[in-house]
Amino acid sequence: MKALLKVLSVAGLTLTIVPSFFVFSGAITWERHATLMVVGMILWFASAPFWMKREGPQ
Amino acid sequence: MAAESGSRLAERLDAMYEFDREPVSDRHLYGFRSFLAMYAGEHVAGTEFVIGPLFVVHGVTAGDLFLGLLIGNLLAVLSWAFVCAPIAVRSRLTLYWQLRKICGPYLTYLYSVVNALMFCFLAGAMIAVAATAVGLPFNMPMPALSDRLPTSFTWGIVVFLVGAVVTALAILGFEKISRFARICVPWMFLVFVAAAIAVLPQLGVHSWGDFWSVANSKIWTGVVAPGQTKFTLWHVIFFSWFCNLAMHIGMSDLTILRYAKKWQYGFASAAGVYLGHFVAWISSGILCAAALGNVAPGPIAYLGAGVAGAICVILAGWTTANPTLYRAGLAFQVATPDWKRWKVTLATGLATTVAALFPALVMKLLDFVALYGLILMPMGAVIFSDFWLLPKLGLERDAAEKWSGLFSFPAFVAWVGSVGVSFLLPVEIFFKALPAWFIAVAAYVVLSYAFQRGRVVSREVAR
Repeated sequence: MKALLKVLSVAGLTLTIVPSFFVFSGAITWERHATLMVVGMILWFASAPFWMKREGPQ
Repeated sequence: MAAESGSRLAERLDAMYEFDREPVSDRHLYGFRSFLAMYAGEHVAGTEFVIGPLFVVHGVTAGDLFLGLLIGNLLAVLSWAFVCAPIAVRSRLTLYWQLRKICGPYLTYLYSVVNALMFCFLAGAMIAVAATAVGLPFNMPMPALSDRLPTSFTWGIVVFLVGAVVTALAILGFEKISRFARICVPWMFLVFVAAAIAVLPQLGVHSWGDFWSVANSKIWTGVVAPGQTKFTLWHVIFFSWFCNLAMHIGMSDLTILRYAKKWQYGFASAAGVYLGHFVAWISSGILCAAALGNVAPGPIAYLGAGVAGAICVILAGWTTANPTLYRAGLAFQVATPDWKRWKVTLATGLATTVAALFPALVMKLLDFVALYGLILMPMGAVIFSDFWLLPKLGLERDAAEKWSGLFSFPAFVAWVGSVGVSFLLPVEIFFKALPAWFIAVAAYVVLSYAFQRGRVVSREVAR
């Protein structure tokens, strides 16, 4: 389950950053990039809180 | 009577920090990777959306920006590693307890309140940052660079609503929000970068080879916006070095780095400054140029990343404002022990929201950040002197603890005197902290020498 959540998180971050390079190269429109970023955001926030540990100095 | 109330104040203050009274034990130390993650998370925040654009409007050239950020951030990392971390791993105490031993409870309390006031203004700026994104769907007129007072009724309503939500969440709990803030960081950082890359074609960058010429001709052009001062390489170096002055030279991060196994972990701060204060500032500067000089964070993030960008601004503002507000409330609670925590946080949140109504807080953020560091830094100079210099002169460290002092006069004069003198210096606020550090060190050492020698002489006379 945790592995699946991590895969979803990685997919979320990928959809956040990669489309911007496609906009830059002219492969997709800005509107498509903005939509994919929303999908990436949903994936990240729906998965990361369930596996990211709270550790380290506070 | 005064002594009794003083001791009650000291007890209340100590009780709030009782949890971390003891030095950190070896079993509770963290590895280098934890510090990398912590610093990376700490320095990708709501402020980054404002600072990058302000460099653009202050007419920084591309060469000055890149070189200045490389040098200034390196100096900041060295300050963490060579100034703050060595004391942190030797004493393993929080800033509060380190100051308490040197300055006594009264002066430590005064420092905590000043710190809390600064936190309130910082939280206010972040509420205003979030409001620029929340107002987008309502076509709210955005505050402009020259605006100092509330610009519209809608602005007032949106700021009030954002302030109310931030305050309510700060009342409900700190731990969960702090954890949520950490979850936001990797995503937020990528939004910064993605938004900047996506607007590059609008600026005329169609291949990576175009970037440098466009950076010079359309982004960091060296042209100052009306009403702003010109920033040079020196401004960029000193600002990026001192924007976290309170944390490294000011020693706030003793509280963090006391968990480090080695002082070299101070170098982990590089992860924070080169992601947050290099990549993120450059990204937000690009967004500002694409928005034709608009500096309001909400619209520029929306321009680059759409809805995700606007949400990123809201989360960045909120997750920065929230712990700040909480810490400010904590410091103020010592003065109002009969008030419950929620009441203190509510009052602090209300004052912070009123401050957020004034766009000056965002538009003059560079000056405020410099002032914040300058005001808090001298206590770091006091700790540095007390730890390294006093023993070399045959003087006692931790005078307040040793002689049960309530208020250290040498530390107070070093603090107020160095800030006061620095204000008289004919240089811009970004350059005042360096001379102020030397003034604070000199004042504290000389006065400690006079006080401790005087104490020895009076003891010998008494014999």
